[in-house]
Amino acid sequence: MSTPELLARHPDGTPRLVGGFSPTSGLHHFPIAEVCPYSGAADVERRLLSPTGTLWGWTSVETAPPGYAGPVPYGFGIVELPEGIRIVTRLTEPDPSRLAFGQPVRLVVEMMPVTDGDTAEIYAFAP
Amino acid sequence: MNVTITGVGLHPFGRFEDRSVTDLGIGAVRAALTDAGTREIDAAFCGTAYAGVAAGHKVLGALGLTGMPIVDVEAGCASGGAALILAAGMIQAGRARRVLVFGIEKMPRGMIRSTFFEPWREQAGLAATPAYFALRAQRLMRDTGLTKEHLAAVVVKNRANGVDNPDAMFRKPSTVDGVLASRVVCEPLHLHMLCSPNEGAAALVVESAGADGVTVAGAALRSHLPGGVLGEATPLSGTTDDTLTPPSTLAAQDAYDQAAITPSELDLVECQDTDAARELLSYVELGLCEPELLVDWVESGHTTRGGRLPVNVSGGLLSKGEPLGASAVGQLVELTRQLRGDAGARQVAGAQTALAHTVGRGANACAVILRRD
Repeated sequence: MSTPELLARHPDGTPRLVGGFSPTSGLHHFPIAEVCPYSGAADVERRLLSPTGTLWGWTSVETAPPGYAGPVPYGFGIVELPEGIRIVTRLTEPDPSRLAFGQPVRLVVEMMPVTDGDTAEIYAFAP
Repeated sequence: MNVTITGVGLHPFGRFEDRSVTDLGIGAVRAALTDAGTREIDAAFCGTAYAGVAAGHKVLGALGLTGMPIVDVEAGCASGGAALILAAGMIQAGRARRVLVFGIEKMPRGMIRSTFFEPWREQAGLAATPAYFALRAQRLMRDTGLTKEHLAAVVVKNRANGVDNPDAMFRKPSTVDGVLASRVVCEPLHLHMLCSPNEGAAALVVESAGADGVTVAGAALRSHLPGGVLGEATPLSGTTDDTLTPPSTLAAQDAYDQAAITPSELDLVECQDTDAARELLSYVELGLCEPELLVDWVESGHTTRGGRLPVNVSGGLLSKGEPLGASAVGQLVELTRQLRGDAGARQVAGAQTALAHTVGRGANACAVILRRD
């Protein structure tokens, strides 16, 4: 099993999502892939994506889905970044009534329990 | 398409602890062969996602129906539609005269687990299929003015239809208050707004044109275009392009073109109601209704059994439950019975033209138009 490179540190020390950008398609994608998933172009450049965006959709997951050992309920939504990309992400706010369309959100890193008592870093967005 | 359905059979949808997926398939296939009045079959296609290696062979092997080509077909919720299209293609190519199309499934209990998702996505909580449904429902509500009460009304409609379907899993009527009192799975979707994965099988015998039966006037399978973040492809990101044509629309347009009809000529529809909002989105994607009219369509009861365009008179997946591989074939069994006038208490009077629609994992979308002349 291979996990794609999801997160990296910006030189200023803050976390960023690692995306790809294809100059020929003019589009960003996430996670970074060898070829542009929209056009098949092979000119993908590694880009650290903007750490802030706006909320495009959200819900709350009330019971643990298969293969998930983290806390419930948890926030789940879509964040639109200034690069013109929408990211499916965890949200730190699990109460849907406290979120709004277009609300500014910022990238944070959460530690998620995985198998055998281990934890792994996973991205989330916070209001 | 010059293909005719001459036999249909169904094993009820539900939970059957004492029966294997092969048993379910045997029941449906035997019923379809009996209905068609023949065992002379040139090829078979079996839709299934979870039944494992050579699952179709096990069903037909138990019936002494081997020697012909047998192919299992997986295209998510559209598996059975894909099986029909492959069968029709074989007939049109002159490589078979009569083909068996069936779908079988025994779904795991609870939230669907799929090999589609990588382990890291499951661990991160980013593989929660109902959450994707919820986000899509939320956007649809925002764009159209639909409320949770409207979503609940879809459940009430389909459950009312399910009361008259002896092959459905849920056969008790529901109320808007009852739906909204069921627990929230992922806001805005309550438990009763989501269909239950379950078990079942369905089968068709299809033949070249000229046979007496219900005509397959159009049948198309399409996948999603790259870029959309909300669709059944369930990606981790997407573009901000909101003009992408969804796969259900692509498939429906192909099917309408093949049948040379417009959506206004349909007498009834079976569409994907994995969740209540999915049914309403399907009205738009299939060209049945403009988005700004969705609220009116729900409030006016246009898609109830006595309405302008009945949708999911079988009870839909919300009443029948969803055995993935059998789901699309099950719709075609229902519509064939309707067009024959054999649907009993569920019968839509005078129905001549009908559309079946499935969309799911992949994304795969299938649209099939049936006609009785």
